[in-house]
Amino acid sequence: MVATYHYLFLGAALFTIGVIGVLTRRNIMVILMSIELMMNAVNINLIAFSDHLQHVTGQIFAIFVITVAAAEAAVGLGIVIAMFKNKETMNINEIDLMKW
Amino acid sequence: MNFLDLIWIIPLFPAAGFAINGLFGKRLPKSVVAVIACGAVLLSFIFAVGAVSQLAHLDSAHRSHTVNVYEWINAGDVHTKSGEIARFSISWGFLLDPLSSIMVLVVTGIGFLIHVYSFGYMHEEDGFYRFFAYLNLFMFSMLTLILGSNYVMMFIGWEGVGLCSYLLIGYYFLKKSAGDAAKKAFVVNRVGDWGLSIGIMLIFVTFGSLEYTKVGEAVREGAAAGLFNVGDSLFVLIAIALFIGATGKSAQIPLFVWLPDAMEGPTPVSALIHAATMVTAGVYMVARSNWIFQMAPQAMGVVAVIGVLTALFAASIAIVQNDIKRVLAYSTVSQLGYMFLALGVGSFSAGVFHLMTHAFFKALLFLGSGSVIHAMHHEQDMRKMGALSKKIPITFMTMFIGTLAIAGTPGLAGFFSKDEILWQSFSSPHGHLVLWILGVTVAGMTAFYMFRMLFMTFFGESHVDHHTEQHIHESPKSMTIPLMVLAVGSIVAGWVGIPAWLGGSNMIEHWLEPVFEPIPVAAAAAAARVVHYSEGVEAGIAAVSVAVALIGFYIAFSTYYRKSDRAERVSAQFKGLYTALSNKWYVDEIYDALFVNRAKDLGTGLWSFDGAVVDGVVNGAASGTVQSAVGSSWWDRWIVDGLVRFVGGFLRTMSSLTRLLQTGYAQNYALVMILGVLVLIGYVLWGN
Repeated sequence: MVATYHYLFLGAALFTIGVIGVLTRRNIMVILMSIELMMNAVNINLIAFSDHLQHVTGQIFAIFVITVAAAEAAVGLGIVIAMFKNKETMNINEIDLMKW
Repeated sequence: MNFLDLIWIIPLFPAAGFAINGLFGKRLPKSVVAVIACGAVLLSFIFAVGAVSQLAHLDSAHRSHTVNVYEWINAGDVHTKSGEIARFSISWGFLLDPLSSIMVLVVTGIGFLIHVYSFGYMHEEDGFYRFFAYLNLFMFSMLTLILGSNYVMMFIGWEGVGLCSYLLIGYYFLKKSAGDAAKKAFVVNRVGDWGLSIGIMLIFVTFGSLEYTKVGEAVREGAAAGLFNVGDSLFVLIAIALFIGATGKSAQIPLFVWLPDAMEGPTPVSALIHAATMVTAGVYMVARSNWIFQMAPQAMGVVAVIGVLTALFAASIAIVQNDIKRVLAYSTVSQLGYMFLALGVGSFSAGVFHLMTHAFFKALLFLGSGSVIHAMHHEQDMRKMGALSKKIPITFMTMFIGTLAIAGTPGLAGFFSKDEILWQSFSSPHGHLVLWILGVTVAGMTAFYMFRMLFMTFFGESHVDHHTEQHIHESPKSMTIPLMVLAVGSIVAGWVGIPAWLGGSNMIEHWLEPVFEPIPVAAAAAAARVVHYSEGVEAGIAAVSVAVALIGFYIAFSTYYRKSDRAERVSAQFKGLYTALSNKWYVDEIYDALFVNRAKDLGTGLWSFDGAVVDGVVNGAASGTVQSAVGSSWWDRWIVDGLVRFVGGFLRTMSSLTRLLQTGYAQNYALVMILGVLVLIGYVLWGN
């Protein structure tokens, strides 16, 4: 029997993989994909608790997150394309405009 | 035409001439300038003659005519010395009385002749119009001086003639000696003017008025009422102050030094200003103030002694001068001394009489010397002349007459006036035997130096250099005619004063009597010393002076007319005396040492004080300001700016550490954020 905490472990593992991806990878596309992982980890948690609590709010929230993730992907890819056009690189180490 | 009421217009003709020539003369032809200048003086002369002849028709008690043109100064009420309140009111007024009538005729008459002469003499000179403008300005000032009805008017004229004298002495202003002489005349005259102004102020605070007639009345009435005593120190003080003024203007000891130097001016100027008219202003002023002098016998004594000493002193210098004009200059000083001798012994009319005759013959002699200089191409040294009598006969004849007149030849002008002075110095209650002896000595010296001049110039061998010799010529008519007129004047001018013992009536003395009326108390005080001499004594006195003059003439004749080496011998024998005389008794040197250089020392001292202390304060203030500015800028740079830069630098240093946190890598920020989240989670889980 798959219990709720199994889902939670999966979500936690998936989130951790996402975090590590965001922090360690240098390719900006991979970072975006890692962010997708983190979002989906959150979705798994939401669905898991929806099932656990027998309450529909979590599922609805998950659909919201998917929507937001789609929008985020669109904006994020737009930024990446604009940046690539300017800098001709995907390496995040070469992008440090936020420094003083 | 009522000329008496028009006397105010007499000075205005020359003033107009001055204005026209001074403003437009540069653009006018020379002849027009001369006609304007001479015409102005001629008009003055005509009006003067008219006025004087009308004055003579009045009876003698009323021969005093005042014309007040307008009230010029009204300075309100002033407390006089006696505690009364007097109004300080000066009118632009003119007074014609017997004294000023003689002066006005002499000044305008001789002035006119000298103006005419100047046309010929100055014809080739630059600044012709300037010369005539100054000359007219002088006439205006001189006429104001003698016609003014109060002391302030006199003072204006007095200063005006002083100014013109300065301008005309310095006429050749490119010559340093002329400029120096002009300055000397001006400065020396200032000393005298100081005395005169003190005298005028004293007169006002004493009598409460400056009108001659009122002051005269005040003295007479005060003396009659017993308010004033003969010899009051107040009168002595006023008289001495006035006399100091006279010594300046009339070149008496100790202020005579400017007059010989004044010969730097053109010769007509020497004749007009420094012989005939201006220098007699002092005599006129003393004669005008005769009531004050009568009340101050001590001051009269001073006047007489100074006068006779000046006469003697100047005559002694004149004996050895070689410059023809300087001989005449010292002669003028000497003759002015005679006039003061006359005033000092109380014979005011004799002084004025000599003033008049002297004006004729000294103007003649100066103009004659000018004619000689003109002929000699501006050579003035008599040692370079000689034997000129044939070449310039008119000049010679007229100068010969002038010399005879000044030497006191019986019958000529100088004889009567000089004799009157000598007689008065002998017989007057204020006279003294010593005064007379000195006066007679001067008469001998006068005859000597005048004939010495005449012989050296016109007789003997010619010492003229060859080039000049060929160009010697008689002067033009505009010069010789005034000479001839003056020569006639030098003969006849004395005839108005023929004394009683020669069968004359001494008209001039009677004419002047109303002005010089003795003050009864003063006359009474002197009455004890009055000695009555017979006419024989008077004739004897005259004979002595003629004899002494003859001796002077004979010495000059035998020394300079006949070929003789006596002059060289005598000068070698009395070498010390000769050197002293030719150096003018070293008076200039003494004055330089005593006053001029001391004044310069004072100036130098003040200058160093100025440089050290006054400038020191200013410079000190400036450098103090600079120093404090340096300090202030140091403070500003290091303390104020330092504080500002310290703050800036501190912040920059500190921020250079903290800015290392800002890497700009999004991943770093994300890492920090995650760590923060982990810390929060840790806190939530295990914090409590």
